[in-house]
Amino acid sequence: MEQIFFFIFAVVAVGSAVAVVAFRNPVHSAISLMVCFFQVAALFILLRSPFLAAAQLFIYVGAVMVLFLFVVMVLDLGRASFDEPVFHRRIWGIVVVLGLFAEVVYLTLKGEPSHIKGPYVDGAMMNNTEVMGTLLYTKYIYPFEIVSILLLLALVGAIALTMNSKGE
Amino acid sequence: MVPLSYYLILSLILFSVGMAGVLLRRNIIIVLMSLELIFNSVNINLVAFSHHLQSMAGRIFVIFTITIAAAEVAIGLAIIVAMYRRVKTVYVDKLRGMKG
Repeated sequence: MEQIFFFIFAVVAVGSAVAVVAFRNPVHSAISLMVCFFQVAALFILLRSPFLAAAQLFIYVGAVMVLFLFVVMVLDLGRASFDEPVFHRRIWGIVVVLGLFAEVVYLTLKGEPSHIKGPYVDGAMMNNTEVMGTLLYTKYIYPFEIVSILLLLALVGAIALTMNSKGE
Repeated sequence: MVPLSYYLILSLILFSVGMAGVLLRRNIIIVLMSLELIFNSVNINLVAFSHHLQSMAGRIFVIFTITIAAAEVAIGLAIIVAMYRRVKTVYVDKLRGMKG
């Protein structure tokens, strides 16, 4: 049963990811990317991490996609995108991608992950959010603080970059 | 119960598609979207290993990755808007200002 759902989500995720790269119009790409983010959130639920699924929906589908669509709208790229030049050395790009793909498929099928199992079995993951919050505010408090400062910097930086030089 | 290798292969496929987008597309906004695809594939990988090894470290790390990705998108799109005002193009081929 779980495998059926996994395959549904995986096929839709890969299809929409290919659509992101293949569509000419950036608006269509953005919508496909949103579909892909939805599928990834569903996969997080299959992996027993509902808090991450909610965070994925809020941040990626809610914030990041709105930002993308907003920039596409502000720059008015919707119809000016059909004269996109093609990469003149595209054969090398394809070679690099296929080479990496073959290499990692080989390593994934050959490799054996180590089995040092932690204490968080499926039963302990019933209160996933609580466990995560406790860890985030005790063991991982310094990365948490650093990442919040980084967010503040990104906020200030984004405003500073998009302001006109005259300060309007 | 889905085996770990299924998630790894899925994440690899998403990574390859994202990398193809970064290498082959010339529209800088789609390049940034492909970067987001790569971020997502890494997140799937981290959560799958975390689930498989019954540990919390990967899931905590994904929270930080999502935060960094949000900051990256905000800064990246701000740079694109500033760049578009200056050079009036979104195609990375046309940006030759720093070419030696």
